[in-house]
Formats: sequence, structure tokens, C-alpha cells
Amino acid sequence: MRKVSFPHMGESYRAFKMLLTDLGNEVVLPPRPSRRTLNLGVQHSPEFACFPLKIVMGNYLEVIDKGANLLVTSGGVGPCRAGLYAELHKKTLRELGHPVDIIVFEPPRLHPINFIRNVNRLNPARLSIKAIIECIKRGWRKLQALDNLEKISHIIRPEELHRGTTTRMYKKVLEWVDSAYTTNEIIEAEAAAVDEMNKIPRDHERLILNLGMVGEIYVLLEPASNLEIEEVLGNLGVRVERSMFLTGWTRDNTWKETTEGMTVKDAAHPYLPELIGGHGRDSIGHTILYAKRNFDGIVQLAPFTCIPEIVARTILNKVSHDYSIPVLTFFLDEQTGKAGMVTRLEAFVDLMRMKKMQAAKLKPA
Amino acid sequence: MRIGIPGALFYFVYYPMWKVFFEELETEVITSGKTTREMVDNGVREALADACVPVKLFFGHAMALKDKVDQLFIPRIVCMNSKTVYCPKFLGLPDMIRHGLPDMPPVIDVRIDTRDKRFAALRAFMATGHMLKKSTPAVLGAYAKSRVTQMKFYRLLRSGFQPAEAIDMVFNRIKAKPVITTGQMTFAVVGYPYIINDQYISVDVVNKLRRMGINVLTPDNISPLSVAMQHYDSGKRMFWTFSDKVLRATRYFADRKNIDGIIHLSAFGCGPDSIVDRFIHMDNSRRSVPFMSLTIDEHSGEAGIGTRLEAFVDMVKRKKRGE
Repeated sequence: MRKVSFPHMGESYRAFKMLLTDLGNEVVLPPRPSRRTLNLGVQHSPEFACFPLKIVMGNYLEVIDKGANLLVTSGGVGPCRAGLYAELHKKTLRELGHPVDIIVFEPPRLHPINFIRNVNRLNPARLSIKAIIECIKRGWRKLQALDNLEKISHIIRPEELHRGTTTRMYKKVLEWVDSAYTTNEIIEAEAAAVDEMNKIPRDHERLILNLGMVGEIYVLLEPASNLEIEEVLGNLGVRVERSMFLTGWTRDNTWKETTEGMTVKDAAHPYLPELIGGHGRDSIGHTILYAKRNFDGIVQLAPFTCIPEIVARTILNKVSHDYSIPVLTFFLDEQTGKAGMVTRLEAFVDLMRMKKMQAAKLKPA
Repeated sequence: MRIGIPGALFYFVYYPMWKVFFEELETEVITSGKTTREMVDNGVREALADACVPVKLFFGHAMALKDKVDQLFIPRIVCMNSKTVYCPKFLGLPDMIRHGLPDMPPVIDVRIDTRDKRFAALRAFMATGHMLKKSTPAVLGAYAKSRVTQMKFYRLLRSGFQPAEAIDMVFNRIKAKPVITTGQMTFAVVGYPYIINDQYISVDVVNKLRRMGINVLTPDNISPLSVAMQHYDSGKRMFWTFSDKVLRATRYFADRKNIDGIIHLSAFGCGPDSIVDRFIHMDNSRRSVPFMSLTIDEHSGEAGIGTRLEAFVDMVKRKKRGE
């Protein structure tokens, strides 16, 4: 029996599960990456491969244990390494003796036939094209709802009166969206969830810092890989605005570029006029846009040895200087410890707060 | 007008062409020459800690040229064959130097991307010439001459010389004795030209092997046609030009009867190599050619690398005697 699975990335699995089940597949849910996932992944990946490759490798091995034999993932056309991951995963898994198949979705704009063929393979229920589009639309709506809730949690968490309420509430309302099925149900569940989140008791007097978060997509989107950095920052009284969500990224990369994407590109142009793959140029562009919106600081997240982010980081020094906005970079890998990260973040937040308070004092009332 | 060309990365691929081009346009070309201890230290200090060794070296070379030149020539080479591009670090190289180092001279960063337009390389050189306020015929003449020199350079590479030696021979007219002697073992050293040929960072692996009485071939020594004809069974083509070449060249060497061993030389922190090395491993496991993968960084010691090479050579010799 065919069992389908896919890599874990934030809360997106809820939407993918629904979509794949609708198409008639039996789905094996990927577990949230844990110590065990990392150990498995590190053991079977090249040493200098970047962090996402190792996590996804571990994730694959875990779902294979549970009986998955068809994996669905995204491809890429370079120059970032991520485009070759599926190839490397497939070869490594076969070498380990797992007869799995991997379906790789390339950008449909460049490979339309590959897209249609892949959808066909994942459609054992033989739904009509119209029904498939309907399913994708519903999945998309769910993805949007999930992203929206995450955004709201970032806004509310720094102001919450009792630490931890937002996180608890967020986990609770996620289940509501998860159990919604039709488009109407999803919209209703989302509205109810937003209402519920807004009821969290908040302290509006607090001095809240605004922080932009830029970097590589996987470590931004998967809390298990960035050690829940958003939660840590929220608890420190920082409102995080993340530059990337799955829905936004997908829109930019599947059919056509959005105006948002173009703005980021234009912003980055004086510093980096070239597409260097991954999210290097986006990191620079977003940093500049955040600086123009008077944010208090930027945190850049990147996997260890990530090529585009290394280029971006080198250039961000200058951006940080030109726009006088502090930038803190974390290169994450399996060795990163939470305590060390929290200490660095606390120091960074203290500095940002001092800078903000000083600026407020100097300003003529 | 003095133009500076850092002696790292693309230096080992395009330096003859660039030098002739600028000299024909009556500009002085200054290169930073061989890597020194000081350059390594500077590069390691100034470049991001997570960058790979070759990029750190490039920073060191660029800094060595800082006060000696009026402009730095760091073209943004995106794609030369309409198929594969270069590593993201190459694509962002001019920007990294411009924004990553203080007080650098202006950078000439013409973009070369053959997927955009036809004759992209020629267009890029025209743009460079016009930037230097030269007339179109003068630039065309210089370009033609530079191509001739580059061809000469390629011919020398095919006859078994390494890029650094070939550059020496093209410009200093040194008559070198042939480096390939018959009746010896032949090793293929695969890896990127800017790692293999940088004597400091590669701890001079090529000459070390030669001193042990071994002929050395690198991917630069085989013709582009034989490289292109190799197929590796990765479903997807490598995105990066250098990696694609290394992978295909390794395939080519592994199929030759006269190659006794293959050494993959890669640099610490090299992104593409993390994948290339694994693919070479998987590809080679079905063949019987001895294979060693050697990772170098700014701390590699003469003795450590020497010992590993000797051990490898000994084992290959023993295997040969046993047959």
C-alpha cells in the first residue's frame, strides 16, 4: 500500500495533510523534528551540508520507519543547494536500503509538465481537474489561516499579561483550524480563532520593540530548527515581524512575482543587484525596508554554511551601518544550544531597548 | 590607470585573457601574486567566519591590492555556457568586496550572463573598455588578442601543465620541461582550480605528488569535449559550473585505465562540495579506482597533508604490486 509523506515545516503540515488525503492518498504525518530526528539526519548527511538538509533527512527516516514509501518535496533551479536536496536524499535513502520514491515539485512556471505529471501521480482518487483545483484552493485557504494566526501570535505575545497565555491559546486555536474542512468552515474557524486570540489580556503600556526577522526560509518557518526564537523574543517584549511566510513565498515562486517581491528586490538593488539563490537578496531587501519603517533591530537566521546568507551577512554589515539598524545573525546547526541563544538575544534586546529609550529622551517633547 | 586583479578564484581560469585585454588598452595590470601568510590572516580576520577558505583568501588578495591600484577588476560572472551558473558566493563577489571591506578602490563589476544575450562575454568586455574611455575598435582589437592568449593558455593546460605554471609560461616565456613522464603512476586530483592551484592553501599537493614520482592530472587538463561527454546518473544537472565539471571529470578519470588513484580536494565550508563529494563517493563505490577525499582549510599543516598523501600513495602502490 502506498503511503505518502512530506517534510515537516512549521504548521504547514495541517494543510498538506488535508490536501493529500482529499486526493485519495494515505498520509503518514511527519513528526515535529526532535533530538532523534537530528541525530538520524546528521548521521546520514554530508558533514558540511546545511541544517535543513539534515533535519529533512532525519524526518524522512522517521516517516519511513512509520511505513511511508512516497515522499513529496519541493525542488529548485539553483544556484542554492536546496534544489539538489531531493536528489541527494533519494540517493542516500536508496543506499540505506529504503525503496522510496520522491516526487519533486519544481517551480510550475518553468516546468509546467513536471507539475501536471506530479499532481497526476498524487491523485489516486482520480479526481477531475476541477475537483483538484477546488482541493488546492481549500488547502491554500487553510495555509493562509495558519499563517494569519501565527502573525497574530507574534503581535500579541509581547503584550500578554501572563506569560505563556498566547502560546497556549495559539496551540488551542490551531486545532480548530485543523479540524475545519470546507472553505466556509476554515473561514469561520479562523475568525473564531482571531477573536479568541484578541481576548488574551494585554498590557498596552509596555514599551514594545519592533524587530524584523530575515533569513533562510526553512529555519525561519520551522520553530524546531530555530529553537522557538519567536517565542523567546515575544517573552522578552519584542514584537517580531517575520519577512517570510509559506503563503507569501509560494505566491512569489509559483506563478508570477508580486509587487511585494518587486519592492524587496528594488530595495536590495544598491547593495546586491544579483539573484544569488536562496533568500540572500530578500534578507538584504527586507532589512532595508524594516530600517525605513523605523524598526529597532533585525535578527537574521541562517543555517550553518548557507551560501546565500553568508553573502548577505557580509553585505548586511554595510547596510546596518548605513541605516544605523542593529543586526544580529544566528548561524544555526545541530550544535546550537538554546541557553546560548537566549543569552545573546537578551543582550541584543537590552541594547535595542537602551537605544530606543535614549532616542526617546533626546527627542524634543 | 592601474587595474588590480586579485590572485584568487577566477585568476586561475581567466587571468591570461584579462591581463592581455587590459594591457592592450594601455592600462597597467597589477596582481596580488601568490598567497602569503599575511593575506590569509587578513582574509580570515576581515571575511565572515562562516565563509569558505577560498573566499577568505580572495578578501586577503583584494586587501593586498588596496593601495596599489586605482580600480579592482572583479567581474560578476554568472553564466558562461548558457547552462550552469557559478556558486552564489561568486555571484555576490563584487558586492562582498565593495560592502564588506572598508576603503576599497572602485570595483569594475561587469556582469556576464550568456543566458541573457548572445556574445555576452564580448559585450561585457566592450562595456569594460568603454568604462576606461577607449574606442570601440581598440577594445575589439584587445579582445581578439586576449582570446588568442587564452587559447594558448588552454593548449598548455591540455598538455598537462597546471594553470599557475601555464600562466608563468604564457607571460614569462619560460620553457618548462614536460611534467608528464611515462612509466609512472598517474593520479587525478579533482577539485576547483582555485583550490588545487593555490600553493599556500592546498599545501602544494600537486608538486608533493610529483616529487613522489607521480603524474598529476586535474580537470583543467582534459578537453571540454571529453568533460561534456561524460554523464553522471544524477537526475538533475549540477547548478554550478565548477562542480559540474569536477563531477564529470571524476567520471572521466574513473573510466580511464591509466589512472591509478583519485584525490578529491575540497575546502572547508565549501557549500557545493558538500553535495559534490557525496555524489563522487556514490559514483565511485561501484568502481575499483582508489579514492581519497581531502579537506583543507586555513589551518592545514604541511606535515598532516603530507602524511595522508604518502599513506595513500603507499596503499595504491601495494595494490598495484599485488595485482
